[in-house]
Amino acid sequence: MMSFWRRVAQNRGAVIGFALLAVVILVALLAPLLYDQSPWRMVQRPFLPPMAVDGFWFGTDTLGRDIGAGLAYGAQVSLLIGLVSTVVALAIGVPLGAIAGYFGGWLDDALMRFTEFFQTIPSFALAIVIVAILEPSISSIVLAIALVSWPPVARLVRGEFLSLRSREYVQAAVLSGLTPPAIIFRQVLPNTISPIIVLASLMVASAILLESALSFLGLGDPNVVSWGYMIGAGRTVLRQAWWICVFPGVAILLTVLSLNLIGEGLNDAFNPRLARKGR
Amino acid sequence: MVVSVEGLTVALPEGADRAFAVEDVTLSVAAGEVLCVVGESGSGKSVTANAVIGLLPDGVEPVAGRIVMDGRDLLTLPDAERRAMRGRDIAMVFQEPMTALNPLMRIGDQISEVFEAHDALSARERRARALTLVEEVGLPDPEKILRAYPFQLSGGQRQRVMIAMALALEPKLLIADEPTTALDVTTQAQILRLVGDLQSKRGMAVLFITHDIGVVAEIADRVTVMRYGRVVEEGQAGQVIAAATHPYTQALIAAVPSLIPPPPRELPVVPPALTVEGLSKTFRSGGGFFAKAREVRAVNDVSFKLRRGETLGIVGESGSGKSTAGRCIVRLMEPDDGSLHLGDADWGALESSALRAERHRVQMVFQDPYASLNPRSRIARILTEGPVANGTSWERALARAQELLEIVGLDSGALDRYPHEFSGGQRQRIGIARALALEPEVLVADEAVSALDVSVQAQVLTLLRDLRDRLNLSLIFITHDLCVAAQVCDRILVMRHGRVVEMGTTAEVFAAPRHEYTRALLDAIPGWSAESPLRRAFAQQAGAAE
Amino acid sequence: MKIARYILSRFAKAIVVLLGIVVLNFCLIHAAPGDPAAVMAGEAGAADEIFLQQLREKFGLDQPFHVQLWNYVSGILQFDLGYSYRQEAPVLDLILDRLPATLLLTGSAFFISIGLGILAGAMAAVRVGSWADTAITTLALLFYATPLFWVALMGILLFSVQLGWLPAFGMETVGGGYTGFARWLDIAHHLILPALTLGLFFTAIYTRMARASMLETSGEDFVKTARAKGLTEGKITRRHVMRNAMLPVVTLAGLQAGQIVGGAVLTETVFAWPGIGRLMFDALLQRDYNLLLGVFLISSAMVLLFNLITDLIYLIVDPRIELAK
Repeated sequence: MMSFWRRVAQNRGAVIGFALLAVVILVALLAPLLYDQSPWRMVQRPFLPPMAVDGFWFGTDTLGRDIGAGLAYGAQVSLLIGLVSTVVALAIGVPLGAIAGYFGGWLDDALMRFTEFFQTIPSFALAIVIVAILEPSISSIVLAIALVSWPPVARLVRGEFLSLRSREYVQAAVLSGLTPPAIIFRQVLPNTISPIIVLASLMVASAILLESALSFLGLGDPNVVSWGYMIGAGRTVLRQAWWICVFPGVAILLTVLSLNLIGEGLNDAFNPRLARKGR
Repeated sequence: MVVSVEGLTVALPEGADRAFAVEDVTLSVAAGEVLCVVGESGSGKSVTANAVIGLLPDGVEPVAGRIVMDGRDLLTLPDAERRAMRGRDIAMVFQEPMTALNPLMRIGDQISEVFEAHDALSARERRARALTLVEEVGLPDPEKILRAYPFQLSGGQRQRVMIAMALALEPKLLIADEPTTALDVTTQAQILRLVGDLQSKRGMAVLFITHDIGVVAEIADRVTVMRYGRVVEEGQAGQVIAAATHPYTQALIAAVPSLIPPPPRELPVVPPALTVEGLSKTFRSGGGFFAKAREVRAVNDVSFKLRRGETLGIVGESGSGKSTAGRCIVRLMEPDDGSLHLGDADWGALESSALRAERHRVQMVFQDPYASLNPRSRIARILTEGPVANGTSWERALARAQELLEIVGLDSGALDRYPHEFSGGQRQRIGIARALALEPEVLVADEAVSALDVSVQAQVLTLLRDLRDRLNLSLIFITHDLCVAAQVCDRILVMRHGRVVEMGTTAEVFAAPRHEYTRALLDAIPGWSAESPLRRAFAQQAGAAE
Repeated sequence: MKIARYILSRFAKAIVVLLGIVVLNFCLIHAAPGDPAAVMAGEAGAADEIFLQQLREKFGLDQPFHVQLWNYVSGILQFDLGYSYRQEAPVLDLILDRLPATLLLTGSAFFISIGLGILAGAMAAVRVGSWADTAITTLALLFYATPLFWVALMGILLFSVQLGWLPAFGMETVGGGYTGFARWLDIAHHLILPALTLGLFFTAIYTRMARASMLETSGEDFVKTARAKGLTEGKITRRHVMRNAMLPVVTLAGLQAGQIVGGAVLTETVFAWPGIGRLMFDALLQRDYNLLLGVFLISSAMVLLFNLITDLIYLIVDPRIELAK
């Protein structure tokens, strides 16, 4: 385990990723302290450019709301939705993939057809339809993102299970009379954790991207500020007030980037030999 | 001398388990001569070969010595000149024929490419030459082979294509890096003969890398023995095998599983431990709306009885169904047909939880020592998990695990360690201990020594023999290697294409094989011709022992 | 014969998936809170009662579930996607009207991203560790983390607002009155920015994939064989590494086709591109659920089309499919 974290620490990308993410998490946690007023409140004159007035580093939007406050509270929403929807997607994908890969046969066929079906559907369009029909709210957004992002999990877990299940130590466990649950949880699952962790960190990233795209289209939860919503609201005044769109975009970019870097760093650390070849 | 390697030292990248892959290696090959470089894994034999042709992996660099060919030191030549020599002056055949050809390119194009790389011949001449080459290496229907893609060829056929490519520009030196290791024994015999024929016809120098003393005895004029990156012995092949001077070489030769079986054991007549009748298993692949399913009868009507305390060898080449039969017997696979009885109990009829409760009665030792132990479990857990699942208390299981480790020749300190801390041979011992922990009535060993180096293989075989005698094991020993089978088995069952072609005591099968396939298998084992030094060496040894 | 069978089997599979999507559509309508007839008509509670009654009768909404399902499916099999109450036109007509624009946009983005991605990935892989590799990898990493719609906005800000090189909105110059070739040029001029922004995210994905795949393939045995033949590194890369390395990229591209079609919604919204993505956005604004579901169905069908195209590409690249027994 020590050598694992040492390998992570030697990966420049991963270190940058962790640092960036730490900043984003810190901002999200400290949002109520940094900005004690609701991000929806009009606190200055509209269209205030960045740095024009002390304390308004990021300027204000079309209604005079502080963009800085939006960024801080938006971080909460992005992280929350990214995390929760990934957990839900894992909760769907891991069992499905595990069952398909472990038991094989017609069950595998059926489950994989089902997964392929979900993978074929244009996922963003499906997410739009789901959120639109269920009415936009944090829970409908989480549900929609989870519903469109579980297939890769199921495929990954199935693949791992399929290869591990024919691995000799698993067969030895079968022969020693262990029950299928014991084999799944004690022999197979622990050996699939590392690729799942890597995939999960990348999934949080893409969930954040998806959420921002949904709220950009006006499908965000109307009760919370989100980065995508801020960009969507500012896009009509792009020519007059670039900052309204630019800052939230940079925030999304940095958050997603940090998660991708972490995912890649973990992957390299889990597979040191492959990583060396790629460098 | 066509090529001479003088004092070659090759450095490994930083962080490797040792500083040099090979150190101060000197060897040479003359025209018309076959030099075998023999050694176990990690001996540096392949690195030496790759250094000669200039295909060392990144980071592995020659740091001292010379490789002289035509009066020039290859190590000082510029890259472009070394490249120009490859394929033209030095050619190479690799170990793994299944992956050595480009899967997306036709065979004909891959052969023609050799000429193209050296701007030789016109396009039409290239094609014509490719055709004669394919004929020369004995491939059937050459026209069709040229148009084929690699996936349409068998392993042996692919290796012939590799040889055809290597011979295309009539190189002075042919390097063969374990070219028959991945092949079945009968295919291996054909390829060895082919290499020998072509070599004597063309008067090439051949540098042949192998781990198999039998292959050395079969084809080598001279032999160089390597260990841990150094040359330990070299000389005329016959002489070295008959009278090796270095203890390592002696040990290596002594470890070769002999074609002469040890004297048979006296076994009491007892009721069978396992009765197999009419066992069959068919695999179906593909199939669906638009494709016909393919059927392979992997195991076809196999019947035999295994007596208590007896060791039965199941021998066959790849695709013979021996492993499938083993898997059906331990109930990792469901047979389509036939019956299995343990003593009087109907073992084949048990299902789900009833089966699980009885599983401890039949255990298996697996082939791959690196895949057969859970990398995340300590040895203590690996050895106790089974007994605990079968109702033994943890304390008792642990005490038993300690005993078992001792029995298989490991100390009990191993309990707290993880599999990756052990060598391949040690892991195989742990695998055996795990199987024994459940005190099975029947033990199935599936290619249990095939992945091991010869010297380690000999040790594990000794252990199995020892356990067999001490614990009165009823053992089914599955292997592709008749000689290995001869070391431990009382009786041998030969399988081909899913069927049993011959069954008899080991002595009978070796002395007077009844089926022509068995005879072909025996003849194909390299290094045991009547006047072979290996046979003489072992005959002497046997004589001395009596 | 085998090729025909292969294509036929792919086609059959596509049909089955499409049917599945129709059923999913139906379920979504019923998942919506409130009266399904209202959902189909458009904004809940705003449609007039006579129309709602017509809908109920047509789809047998008072009948058992499976009858309703059958009515819905058979309706769609007869190319009846219903009527958009808001736009006062049949849904299918609305969509077909907008489809060519979307096909143009997504098709361009699809091929741009595959081509550019393979090129950039190969360039990076050939010189691992060089500055070119670092630059390409970093760019790919950045674009992979950037929201599509934001890139679109930044593109407008830079190329339309600041530099004035490219048009920011629409597919043709309003009142330009171009005909023939000049009109195509005008469309192409409008296409550049949307197609590039839509393609960039996917270019980033394929670049990373192509690079990784090239590196992995360079370690394969047959590459060593090629080296042992004395081939030059250039030829080894082009003939042996590239072709084999591209197979997983093509597979991925097939899987990602759905994402491109989804991305079109964002791109078309930002650039006011008159395609079905924009139509979807309008349907969203007007809560025209029937139109929304129609667009969803047709865009799924488009994805299946792209999948078929990648299957065909595969057929060309990989002999094992054509010749496998």
